[in-house]
Amino acid sequence: MSEAAPTLRLEVKNVTKRYPSVVANSDVNLRVAPGEIHAVLGENGAGKSTLMKIIYGAVKPDIGEVLLDGKQSKIRNPQEARALGISMVFQHFSLFETVTVAENIWLGLDKSLTLANVREQTVRKAKIYGLDVEPDRPVHSLSVGERQRVEIVRALLTDPKVLILDEPTSVLTPQAVRKLFVTLRQLAADGCSVLYISHKLDEIRELCTNCTVLRGGKVTGHVDPRNESNASLSRLMIGAEPPKLQHREVKTGAIGLQAKGLSIVADDPFGVTLDNINFEVRTGEIVGVAGVSGNGQQEFLAALSGESTRAPSGSISLFGNDISKRNPRVRRAGGLHFVPEERLGRGAVPTLSLAANTLLSRASEVVGKPPLSWVSPKATASLAADIIKRFHVKAGGPSAEAKSLSGGNLQKYIVGREISANPKVLIVSQPTWGVDVGAAAQIRGELLKLRDEGCALLVVSEELDELFEVCDRMHVIAKGRLSPSINTADATVEKIGEWMSGLWEVSHAL
Amino acid sequence: MESFALLIAATFNAGTVLAIAALGLLINEKSGIVNLGAEGMMLCAAIAGFAAVVHTGNDWVGFAAGMAAGAGMAALFGVLVIWLNTNQYATGLALSLFGAGFSAFVGVKYVQEKLPARPSYAIPGLADIPFIGPALFKQHPLAYIGIALALAIIWFLFKTRAGLVLRSVGESPESAHSLGYPVRRIRLLAVMFGGAMCGLSGAYLSIIYTPLWVEGMVSGKGWIALALTTFATWRPLRVLFGAYLFGGVTMMQFHLQSQGVDIPSQFLSMAPYLATIVVLALISRNPAWIRINMPASVGKPFYPGS
Repeated sequence: MSEAAPTLRLEVKNVTKRYPSVVANSDVNLRVAPGEIHAVLGENGAGKSTLMKIIYGAVKPDIGEVLLDGKQSKIRNPQEARALGISMVFQHFSLFETVTVAENIWLGLDKSLTLANVREQTVRKAKIYGLDVEPDRPVHSLSVGERQRVEIVRALLTDPKVLILDEPTSVLTPQAVRKLFVTLRQLAADGCSVLYISHKLDEIRELCTNCTVLRGGKVTGHVDPRNESNASLSRLMIGAEPPKLQHREVKTGAIGLQAKGLSIVADDPFGVTLDNINFEVRTGEIVGVAGVSGNGQQEFLAALSGESTRAPSGSISLFGNDISKRNPRVRRAGGLHFVPEERLGRGAVPTLSLAANTLLSRASEVVGKPPLSWVSPKATASLAADIIKRFHVKAGGPSAEAKSLSGGNLQKYIVGREISANPKVLIVSQPTWGVDVGAAAQIRGELLKLRDEGCALLVVSEELDELFEVCDRMHVIAKGRLSPSINTADATVEKIGEWMSGLWEVSHAL
Repeated sequence: MESFALLIAATFNAGTVLAIAALGLLINEKSGIVNLGAEGMMLCAAIAGFAAVVHTGNDWVGFAAGMAAGAGMAALFGVLVIWLNTNQYATGLALSLFGAGFSAFVGVKYVQEKLPARPSYAIPGLADIPFIGPALFKQHPLAYIGIALALAIIWFLFKTRAGLVLRSVGESPESAHSLGYPVRRIRLLAVMFGGAMCGLSGAYLSIIYTPLWVEGMVSGKGWIALALTTFATWRPLRVLFGAYLFGGVTMMQFHLQSQGVDIPSQFLSMAPYLATIVVLALISRNPAWIRINMPASVGKPFYPGS
């Protein structure tokens, strides 16, 4: 990189931030010019979030400084950051569900404005940047994409000089991503600098003109992503190219899991009603379910796993047996295993050891004979040790608390726990959410291996790349309805994206 | 006819005690903090208010003393719960037990005390209207202030920015913190307001409602006020309605008991609790309504910056 131009909008100089167990940022430098869309690329845990929090004033660096327009900025909290023109759109939205869009935006703005004022400005700003926002709707009635637009409008109303977006596309359909890019380019053309945090290489290469790569808290490169390939960016990000998966031919057998006319009216006012869902998964195949979260995945998975038994009789069957009203234990005895999306709390008990956590789904193997049914500490420990060894989980042994593991390692452990139970049918939700690239590849490899051994797999994920990589067929879930299935070989990102908006009748008829 | 007007007047009076405390607790809970110490705060406020009137002869000094006692105890509770993150329920229960014991201890020498003669409170003109006058217009000013308080709280919560901020803090303290709002200070103020209103209610009890001091004289009204806010789904007008309903059924059963109706008195004593819970549960049974009005973070600890 050349020497700093005098007109840099934002400069981060030699920032180091240590936490008790980890160095989150080590001597990090970042330079952003006005009107530039600058990517910050790195895996989960590479230090991106810490760096953004330092810029945004939410975290204080141990060493180093942040310069805004060449002047040292003493930002002590997010309010001061906003006052100086730094705005941030968070990955997990910070909107209030029970108040309206306009009120939410008002909360993020200066006191001197009236609500009517804010309402009018919101409409105006939204129009300029083509963001579709209805100011009077309560936020709990909005989709994830709509919520993100509200966050962006809120950020824009502060007239930011620097706009930080943290993994903004992880919740969007491909079409919504296109729309977002148009907005961001327009913003940059108006002189606003955009910091774009992501781990998606294609997006960065398409959108950004500059890129800072982080790995393990250190900067591993400043590059122009337009001149890079996915492979070269990946080398900077993880130190290696992502491993390729071996896909073998499908040999399907009997129908393992089937749903026929599965409809459930939501009992939670913020829930989604499932509407006539039909699908089947045969042994020896992986069927994917794509869709933006909040479209009924939770309700769908609860009905399949047995956490909810509100499904109508005869709507869900396991190898031909009706299981609609059965609890998870009965379903598990029939060979149906389930890996939930939330690892801590549903997949594992955070404060218990890995050994004790085997009890959640493998109790029959570690509990002695009735009537006493003592838990055998020896059996739990050896089962946990087997899983740790077979799935290369980095943990302090079977006695380590579940919450002491990193997200990726815990996910490997939980997936491993279910895979090593030799399931006949396995349902996995978000198999690699928050998991680093290496661990993700390993988990996907295990899923494929299980398929080749004749298991029927249903994978629910928001990551389209992942579904395209592992699935033989795909469905899309939108607004509580499930699309017909499409062979992965015939599917395109465009088409799945359309379906994600619930438009499969149209494209199906064509 | 005359006795019916008196029944309405008594209902109004009894409902006011509950309404003021419950409305204060509503603001308290809208911030995401539940203070189970209401009973203890009311007891301490009752003795503080009573003692102040005994020594000064001025009712308003008594109300001020009650509010100060309530707010002071709430502040102690607030510091423990908001900054030191002690468990809200356990701390609140401790405050109730402490308040009961402490008020009894301080109150020993006031048990035989008498207050100066209670003046009558009649609004000139209005109080002379037949039936309506004795039913509604011979109340202590605080009875009208109770209604004004409900209206003021509606205006505050739903029409002002400060009210919006309070609701936001109660829904998601993490988000409010990330927007830069001083969550802990806002919660402390809300808790202290709740304490002050419980204090006002306790002082009203010992100065106006039954002008004397008896150990444990609040006799569960703090707990009823807490239950009212929940059963009324944190809506001020429903809280007000619930308070008068409870007051009304209480008075009715006294009336029936004195008439010697052939129902076991135990059943009559149950009636106000049962009626209030059933009626409020019925009008507030819509789960969507509950979710939208309930402060989502209530009872949960909040650690800023984690």
